[in-house]
Amino acid sequence: MDFGTLFANLFLDYTVRTIALGTAVLGVVSGALGSFALLRRQSLLGDALSHAALPGVALAFLFTGSKTPITLMLGAAAAGVLAILAILGITRATRLKEDTALALVLSTFFGFGLMLLTYLQRNPDARQAGLTSFLFGQAATLLERDVRLMAIFGGLALLVLALFWKEFKLLSFDRDFGDSVGLPMHRLDILLTSLLVVAVVIGLQAVGVVLMSAMLVAPGAAARQWTDRLDRMVLLAGVFGALAGVAGALASSMGRGLSTGPIIVLAASVIALVSLLFAPNRGVLAAWLRRRRNQRRLLANQVLADLYRLGQQHADPQTAHSRAALRVMAFGAAGVSNTLNALEKRGLVQARPDDHWALTAAGTQAAESHLEDVAAEEDR
Amino acid sequence: MSAPQLEIQLIAALVAVACALPGVFLVLRRMAMMSDAISHTVLLGIVLLFFVVRDLESPWLILGAAGMGVLTVVLVEVVNNTGLVKQDAAIGLVFPALFSLAVILISRFASGVHLDTDAVLLGELAFAPFERLTVLGIDLPKAVWVMGGIVLINLSLIAVFYKELKLATFDPALAAALGLAPAALHYGLMTMVSVTAVGAFESVGSVLVVALMVGPAAAARLLTDNLKRMLALSAGLGVVSAIGGYWLARGLDANIAGSMATVTGILFVVVLVLAPERGLVALAQRRARQRWEFAQAMLAIHLLNHEGRPDYDEESKVVHLQEHLRWTPDFAAGVVARALEGELVQHRNGNLELMEAGRELARQRLMH
Repeated sequence: MDFGTLFANLFLDYTVRTIALGTAVLGVVSGALGSFALLRRQSLLGDALSHAALPGVALAFLFTGSKTPITLMLGAAAAGVLAILAILGITRATRLKEDTALALVLSTFFGFGLMLLTYLQRNPDARQAGLTSFLFGQAATLLERDVRLMAIFGGLALLVLALFWKEFKLLSFDRDFGDSVGLPMHRLDILLTSLLVVAVVIGLQAVGVVLMSAMLVAPGAAARQWTDRLDRMVLLAGVFGALAGVAGALASSMGRGLSTGPIIVLAASVIALVSLLFAPNRGVLAAWLRRRRNQRRLLANQVLADLYRLGQQHADPQTAHSRAALRVMAFGAAGVSNTLNALEKRGLVQARPDDHWALTAAGTQAAESHLEDVAAEEDR
Repeated sequence: MSAPQLEIQLIAALVAVACALPGVFLVLRRMAMMSDAISHTVLLGIVLLFFVVRDLESPWLILGAAGMGVLTVVLVEVVNNTGLVKQDAAIGLVFPALFSLAVILISRFASGVHLDTDAVLLGELAFAPFERLTVLGIDLPKAVWVMGGIVLINLSLIAVFYKELKLATFDPALAAALGLAPAALHYGLMTMVSVTAVGAFESVGSVLVVALMVGPAAAARLLTDNLKRMLALSAGLGVVSAIGGYWLARGLDANIAGSMATVTGILFVVVLVLAPERGLVALAQRRARQRWEFAQAMLAIHLLNHEGRPDYDEESKVVHLQEHLRWTPDFAAGVVARALEGELVQHRNGNLELMEAGRELARQRLMH
């Protein structure tokens, strides 16, 4: 199937459109909520919560015998809330640290869930329920009513986010100030953390519990690199999440029984990687270019100043000096030659015979003004 | 019990011990979540190496997978060092990406070759006895040899570098000042975790690796302050989880790895509640005892304050304590009964009177 058909399907094919809509909803919600988790250093909490949702799904099926998404989602949400309470309880009541509490809750809850799932699978009904698709996600199983449910849950979560926007912002950046003006920061903390559970629950069907954590981290981490403003970051994270979700839906529509979770997560990871590398200002490439530019400017100033100081020791301030001498004075810094060539192009130095170099009139002026700047800096 | 049943339990116990030992250091060094990351990404190592050697039995797979575990640690540090995201996000970015890649590669190119994604999470302990290996004329499941070897390696490495590990764990600054190369120790430990994760991974799946590394060590941490004892307890609790999990799985006809993780969790909760000094029960008892002791000291101080003063008659009546110290009648009665029993006070003419021990207690408390 070529890409043209794929995109045609996205808009024309009912099934593909439904699935894409579902994964887009999931991406928007997890991106927006994950942004807060990222800022509050709760990225790994999402990991624990999503794994911990599994026994909730299994128990919900065990007790109700129903495999409707709403039942399973509520079960998952209950397990997620229980996991949060367990993690908070362990870190408060014992001397164990948060990482241990997270890993412990994550692995034992998930193990318990696996035990229940395999136990349930002895019964052919459960096998048909396709409960194992909650591990890695099967977006292909999304029906219109599932998407509607996801949109309702997600919409409610985003609504709460919008209503308490200022409070959550304060919670993420200056909790102490929030405390001091009498806001119930502890309760807000619990509310915002519980919203993460909603994101996890929405992602159950399409991404699965194993990889859902990445959807809470990657879009937010990517968005963070492009902006310093919270509102823009949350919006952008939503867009990135939706992009990754739709990519997963398209891949799923290609059939072959591919699990959608890994594809969505890989797409989100690629977006994050590109953002880390190429975002303007913060990105790795931008930082590297900035550092190189600074180094070049420093070296150019150094060479100009050296030539100027050498010139002061002669009758003619524009006496030429050898490249070797300049290299020694720059403490053997690499790139003296390149710097001389660049300065020559700017008309600040000129080459003389025998690889000697001299300041031009403009160069003398530039060196003087640079040395004045340095002196002023030192005076301050 | 049949031979395969015994063998499964032996493998489970070996896996538990192999995981519990490095797990102690992960818990103490606040790196428990690295076990989660590593136990997932080793899968990518196994898949990539499988494409090269085309043989799931090859020992190269173990080495390659362990290398991927260490590479995960390096990648997390690289991302962290860019300063663009915090450490927790760095972990959360790196390992799901690598794990997703592995799952996609398996389902696209390697399906049907005994590498399937469910086994990655569930493990295949029940089938472990069928794969056998004869070494020195002894015929045992391959997993026994592999995990036995890893237990031995972990034990000897910890024994040889015990002092260094201990110092680097509890006082990294001093360890660095003494020239112990904390970075080398860190990577050594991460290599140990990776090799253990790969070995255990085949039998019990990735998530149980996390449960067995963190669960027993966390429980042991609540039981002792001594590192050697913590290592021993952790290994012991791991074995109990392994054997208990096996029988739970048999009873329910469920997955063994999941059941072992469940028992690990149950054991932790039991320890959390009942641990002699740090357990919740012990904590509640200590709080209650302190409350009574404090109240008795209050009573003694109160009586001492009013001794020899005209209002003593009034102030030393039990009824009056309720008013003056704002105690409920039951609580006041309890405090007085305890104080009488401890010979801090005695009854005289319907009043309370300090005894020598009570006077001493009041003076002591007032001095502080």
